[in-house]
Amino acid sequence: MPDVVVVGAGIVGAACAYYAAREGLTVTVLERGTVAGGTTSRGEGNILVSDKEPGPELNLALASRTRWLELAAEFGPDPFELEEKGGLVVATSDPGAAALTRFAEGQRAAGVETVAVSADQLHDHEPNLAPDLPGGVLYPQDMQVQPVLAAVSLLAAARSLGATVVRGEEVVAAERGPDGRVTAVRTRTGSYPTNAIVNAAGTWGGQVGERLGAPIPVLPRRGFILVTEPLPRVVRHKVYSADYVENVASDDAGLETSTVVEGTQGGTVLIGASRERVGFDDTMSVAVLRRLASLAVRLFPFLADVRLMRTYRGFRPYCPDHLPVIGPDPRIPGVFHACGHEGAGIGLAPATGRLISQMLANGQPDIDPSAFAPSRFAQVTA
Amino acid sequence: MTSQPHFSFDGSQIPFRPGQSVGAALTAAGVRSWRSTRRGGRPRGLFCGIGVCFDCLVVVDGRPNERACLRLAEPGMEVSTQEGTGHGDLEV
Repeated sequence: MPDVVVVGAGIVGAACAYYAAREGLTVTVLERGTVAGGTTSRGEGNILVSDKEPGPELNLALASRTRWLELAAEFGPDPFELEEKGGLVVATSDPGAAALTRFAEGQRAAGVETVAVSADQLHDHEPNLAPDLPGGVLYPQDMQVQPVLAAVSLLAAARSLGATVVRGEEVVAAERGPDGRVTAVRTRTGSYPTNAIVNAAGTWGGQVGERLGAPIPVLPRRGFILVTEPLPRVVRHKVYSADYVENVASDDAGLETSTVVEGTQGGTVLIGASRERVGFDDTMSVAVLRRLASLAVRLFPFLADVRLMRTYRGFRPYCPDHLPVIGPDPRIPGVFHACGHEGAGIGLAPATGRLISQMLANGQPDIDPSAFAPSRFAQVTA
Repeated sequence: MTSQPHFSFDGSQIPFRPGQSVGAALTAAGVRSWRSTRRGGRPRGLFCGIGVCFDCLVVVDGRPNERACLRLAEPGMEVSTQEGTGHGDLEV
């Protein structure tokens, strides 16, 4: 009988499975679709500290970044295209530059490496940037991975430690004993006896929580990404406009866009980012694509003559307070949540997996998990 | 009798029938590769032949990344071998 069943084989589920297996636990991962087939494969694979204000999420991100470096060294050589490329945040107006400088000062005090970049230094870092920008901040700690490779690597490592990964299994309910504790997880085809269930269903974590009798407020926030034809190294960092940070933290339901441009090791340039709260509606929107393209051209004029090869879209799992849900559910003993990471799931996955594994093994968490506790939501009471 | 139309490929003249793709005309003329890969510099020509695999990329009238299997041949077109991304001019 597995000690723990992890629901979801995205990046967070894969990390939970890996760290739990490393703790010596017997792990089964259930995935209704394909490995990394949800939000994991719909982003840019970023591991960012630059977009986080001082607080619990930044602390988690800093710890998780260290875990990513460890994993890359452990699984190497070059297991998932980890690149310590750094992020360059550029202001697009003078008031924006002042706000960015203040934001970066706060981050610096919280342990983030920041380098102020004046207007005339911008092109030393990014030669193709538009000429008239007022300056920016360089964040050397920002990194990128190929997220599907990363998830597959974590699952492969978990399997080599004895974990089992089962695809095509959709969870329908938790089975509980007379004392209320979890005894099994029921799927469409059968039942898996277990003492613990980890809800790592990402954007679908709200639905899975409900099926387990432990609903949590995780909702979808749609985003589009444009993919250019492969190019030489034309964009060196993750480059984004300073208004991105405002958008990430915004509670606006309408369409919000900010400019995010970065290359990949495959040669394509990825262009984002849009945010919309439209439920799970995945209709293509040419209007959004057009807006993202025109914003990107403003930052990198050469993109006007570059062709797009394709676009993709997905759903970030967000919670009302923009923090992930990590920890035991007080209503159903044995249910743990590890979801709701919004657009930061790749970056936060290893630290999340490690926290969950420490909780499962009754160990002492190495990061204070209280800000991520499911019990912070009013609807979640024992 | 009208003479068969041609396009140029790296300086030589390639005949084609109206409605034929650039890739089909090149292959019929005995040309099997017209691109080198980005990392290994390996030769590439038609693979899937139906627009899906992006292996048959070629430069047409100065524009890289045209899929030879989808692009219809036209008289006087200038087709040339694509080196890598075909965007070497953007290198910084």
